[in-house]
Amino acid sequence: MIKRKIHLTIVAILVTAVMLFPLYWTIISSLETNDQIFHQPPYFFPPTPEFVAYAHVFVEQLPHLQTSLIVAGGTTLLSLFVAAPAAYAIAHFRWRGVGALIVALLISQMIPGVSLANALFILFNKVGLLNSYLGLILADCSFCIPFNILILRAFMESIPKDISEAALVDGAGEVRTFASVILPISKSALITAGLFAFLFGWGDFLFAVTMMTQDAIQPITVSLYSYISQYSQSWNEMMAAAVLASIPAAFLLLVSQRYITAGMTSGSVKG
Amino acid sequence: MSLSRYGGVSSMNGVAVSRQSKRQRWKRNSGMRLLFLLPTLIYLLGIFLVPIIYNLVMSFRNYTAASINGNAPFIGLQNYIDVFRMPAMGQTLVNTIEFVVGSIVFQAIIGMALALLFNRKFPLSQLLRTLLLIPWLLPLIVSGTAFKWIFDQNHGVLNAVLLHLHIIHAPLGWLVSPNLALISVIITNIWVGIPFNMVLFHSGLQNIPEELYEAAALDGCNKWQQFWSITVPSLKSVIAIVLMLGLIYTLKVFDVIMVLTGGGPANASQILSTWSYDLSFQNMQFGQGAAVGNIMILISLIFCFIYMRATRQSEVN
Repeated sequence: MIKRKIHLTIVAILVTAVMLFPLYWTIISSLETNDQIFHQPPYFFPPTPEFVAYAHVFVEQLPHLQTSLIVAGGTTLLSLFVAAPAAYAIAHFRWRGVGALIVALLISQMIPGVSLANALFILFNKVGLLNSYLGLILADCSFCIPFNILILRAFMESIPKDISEAALVDGAGEVRTFASVILPISKSALITAGLFAFLFGWGDFLFAVTMMTQDAIQPITVSLYSYISQYSQSWNEMMAAAVLASIPAAFLLLVSQRYITAGMTSGSVKG
Repeated sequence: MSLSRYGGVSSMNGVAVSRQSKRQRWKRNSGMRLLFLLPTLIYLLGIFLVPIIYNLVMSFRNYTAASINGNAPFIGLQNYIDVFRMPAMGQTLVNTIEFVVGSIVFQAIIGMALALLFNRKFPLSQLLRTLLLIPWLLPLIVSGTAFKWIFDQNHGVLNAVLLHLHIIHAPLGWLVSPNLALISVIITNIWVGIPFNMVLFHSGLQNIPEELYEAAALDGCNKWQQFWSITVPSLKSVIAIVLMLGLIYTLKVFDVIMVLTGGGPANASQILSTWSYDLSFQNMQFGQGAAVGNIMILISLIFCFIYMRATRQSEVN
């Protein structure tokens, strides 16, 4: 029996190795010099791991990493600020039309970003939101807010109504009940929603490339994209930049993998 | 109705508050309660409803770069007629169908196979399953960059390996040859989507009672028969949801194609999303870009409707 299970482990390790090969290849390429990277046949392990590519790329990309951090952080905060009260209201107050609101949220998640970006570009231009952090954060929130509401609602529905009832009867207002009773209970769901909002804000390329027309606000995704078109032979530097752009994803995976699996299923299956 | 139910819950708690004052409080609170939804309503209005309506308006106007600060004359359905007459339209539609179908079929099959594998208990299964989520968490631009390097014609590792194994005899231009560009972006997109499919199928598999398999094994069913007679029927609604979400999300794909091929060479890997972007932001024909964008919204809405019927059915079951 044990033997058979080890057999499954070997199969799973092989599958994982194949699936993660592009990642492995990115990392080892970033650790080679430009001569090594063009060696034929290619090195499957860097002969002399070097950090020259990183030294160059890090200085160059630091401002873009900062921009991404601001945008992703802003997206996380704004989307939670808007979504958490709404999720509570949907889960705990009995409104007419809540069903319609949920359908609207589901539909809004499915609107292609390109269609939205087209109109937002023109509209943001009219109100002066192009080339501003606020504009980019507002646009990035477009997919986080519906997603966050759906995740948080699923969680908040599991909170017994007696808890908020008791607080209300004790004389706490609706807002205080929400802020000091409901939010602390919902911590894990808020973290899940926040993580996804952060990853979305960090990874967004579409809104940044359409609406940040000047170079002043250029997140790492756009910078990596223009890097590829400019220095099409410095593959080690491109790979180093790609690794830097993946740090938050890797970090969040390490710190909070259980939240990520929770988020991936809860946002999509419950309608 | 809502009022009486609200009252009922409190009285069950045994709190002595008169019905009268509770009703007053409810009335006073309802204004407060709207505050909870207000930010979301403003958001949906400003970032979804207004832009979608504006996109519709733009698609009926000759909206070009000059219109951004000037006016855009009304031209009726001309933008739609124009984009359908363009030679790029036919190819883009065929590419989009191939891209969407190719992506979701392989994502679903591989995702299901991995879900079945990880549904068995074995050493390291949890660690490996977590590692497999990585492709889904990376920024799409990063994944695209990695594949661009792997697919590189002269120095990419894919050609090096294939040449070494004598499967090919000359390096292939994965991203620059019109015959291969679409296949290459589909392969990349399959890779990106596998974890999502795996996770959804895996959570579906865990809801199937073990007894069903035990009973089937006693009746002499082999694993293959068990898969088709127990697993697939039990996962019917999950499969429907995965396929519908796959369709809707794949139609939206933009980053991967932009970084790998930009829709080229000569529209060989152009799909509706990248084409809409090109029309608006490269050709500055915002009206035409809006028209293509609206066609995408229409397709998404159709599948969204089917998706919601599928989820409703799964709730009934």
